[in-house]
Amino acid sequence: MSTTVDLANPTVPAPARTAGNTVLRDTVLVFRRALRLSLRNPVWTVMGLAQPLLYLFFFGPLLTKITNVPGFPVGDPWQIFVPAIMVMLGMFGAAFVGFGLVSEWRDGVIDRMRVTPMSRFSLLAGRVLRDVVVLSAQAVLLVAAGLAMGLRAPAVGVVVGIALVAVMGATMSAVSYSIALILKSEDALAPLLNGVMLPVMLLSGIMLPISRGFAPDWLYYLSRINPMSYVVEGARAAFLGNFAGSEFWVGLGVAGALASVGLGWATRTFTRQSS
Amino acid sequence: MTSDLTHPMIRARGLAKTYRSRRGQVPAVRGVDLDVADGEIVGFLGPNGAGKTTTLQMLTTLTEPTAGEASIAGHDLRTDPVGVRRSIGYVAQGGSAGSDARVGEELEFQARFYGVPAGEASRRAAALMDQLDLGGLGGRDVKTLSGGQRRRLDIALGLVHTPALVFLDEPTTGLDPQSRSNMWGHIAGLRNELGTTVFITTHYLDEADALCDRILVIDGGRIVATGTPDELKSQVSGDLVTVSVTGDPAPAAEIARGAAGEAEVEVTDRTVRFRVPRGEHAAIDLLRHLDAAGVDLDGLSVQRPTLDDVFLTLTGRTLREDTPAPGDTGSDGGPGGAPGDTDGSDPDGSDPNGSDEKAA
Repeated sequence: MSTTVDLANPTVPAPARTAGNTVLRDTVLVFRRALRLSLRNPVWTVMGLAQPLLYLFFFGPLLTKITNVPGFPVGDPWQIFVPAIMVMLGMFGAAFVGFGLVSEWRDGVIDRMRVTPMSRFSLLAGRVLRDVVVLSAQAVLLVAAGLAMGLRAPAVGVVVGIALVAVMGATMSAVSYSIALILKSEDALAPLLNGVMLPVMLLSGIMLPISRGFAPDWLYYLSRINPMSYVVEGARAAFLGNFAGSEFWVGLGVAGALASVGLGWATRTFTRQSS
Repeated sequence: MTSDLTHPMIRARGLAKTYRSRRGQVPAVRGVDLDVADGEIVGFLGPNGAGKTTTLQMLTTLTEPTAGEASIAGHDLRTDPVGVRRSIGYVAQGGSAGSDARVGEELEFQARFYGVPAGEASRRAAALMDQLDLGGLGGRDVKTLSGGQRRRLDIALGLVHTPALVFLDEPTTGLDPQSRSNMWGHIAGLRNELGTTVFITTHYLDEADALCDRILVIDGGRIVATGTPDELKSQVSGDLVTVSVTGDPAPAAEIARGAAGEAEVEVTDRTVRFRVPRGEHAAIDLLRHLDAAGVDLDGLSVQRPTLDDVFLTLTGRTLREDTPAPGDTGSDGGPGGAPGDTDGSDPDGSDPNGSDEKAA
């Protein structure tokens, strides 16, 4: 190894010519870097899909036996269960992405990026975009598995369901990154996310619909204050092809509202934390 | 190196940072004034918690100052942070490369983050890898690199966009002596070949002595001394003369008191020490008197003041006393515990990760 160095190598242009930074260009760069890391280490993507698939294979068939129970929603049990599992994928698949950010922060990657002239919004948006792409691909595979199990649903409903996964995934991912940037600790992030996500999931009727007549009244009313219940019902309505009913539009509206609030807060928080 | 401070690369006035914690206000930096000329290599020395990293984080736009003002390459820190970021490279103490990323890709992306076009980013990454002895490692995962290779990658990440000014936070911490020596060559080359201004924090006084045109000493959040290494050393009164005897040190101490004049003579076990200007002349006189008195000598040495002596004089403690054990992360006053907040170092380069042996 030499102790001197020719840093004035004539093949190296100095100073570097710059093409300039724009929000779109920066977002695409951050997205490409993040996606490349995900593709190189697909174990997390596979693990993320494993949980909903396990529910689909080992829990879904139980529902086929209880469709006649009073209060159980009308429709094929797979049309009830698959969209709910997709919403779960969007919620849980994205909620834990903050752990990756803590790891990058520990490696010094976040500070390195913060010292570049890149847009602060792009540092968040590029990562969220990667998560949306990964979640959408997982959702497609989940639908394919559902079809294999007996799911029959209108194509438009399926597309809307996947779009809902993308929207919920973007929201949860952005919120997770922002919380991770505030806490900067896996030890603090894990109990917080588990403490919030588990009751939200149980009260959204993903596993078993929390409908009037099927669920005790107190549980039904408790689930009504959980916005995710409406998103799950909206996804189910889409898979049933029931686009005219209020459930679909309320679900869509709640998903949109959650996205506006969540993405807005996350963008402000992430930008402030990384400024 | 003559400092041209007419158009300084770094200019700061009253730069301060106070953190708020549950226990109240914690001042980390209490009003720093500094000027760094274009093309200078400036060392920033201070014990743990002195405010080095916080100052660096303010100058690199990572932390907003609570008071004062600063400009980097003519860009105001508060009003034009993007202009500041375009002008600087930053090599954090704790590293900055993603463990799961590949070396070449990480460098190319870093160049592109600064707006460098794809083809040029690729060329620069390849050239820097060659220059920093990382040639052939472009396809390797960062996590498989040795400590020395990873540190050189950090340096490359800070340079790939050819900044006018580079901040190096403890660049040789954890490296073995040979890697440290090589790194000095790289850092000196930055200024000598490319004219890059280098602002470097270090725990290694020999490093500051060998590399830096000028040194700033920070303690308790304030700059307590500034000057060239020689100027700072001249503030310490005299050379250290040490006499070791085989028997009772009392006669040697008595003779030494005559040679030391006003200076205090320290006697420990069989060793006598004192400081005098022009120590070699005093040593010759001392030797003559000791010989005449029949004192049996075991050894005699004359030591020029080191920057550690300067440090001791200025802050009342040595840098080594503040050096934490490997793996220990000392806070720099900030409550967050960010990677850049760590001032830990490995003074003897004994960190096993510092070896280049893992290099393929």
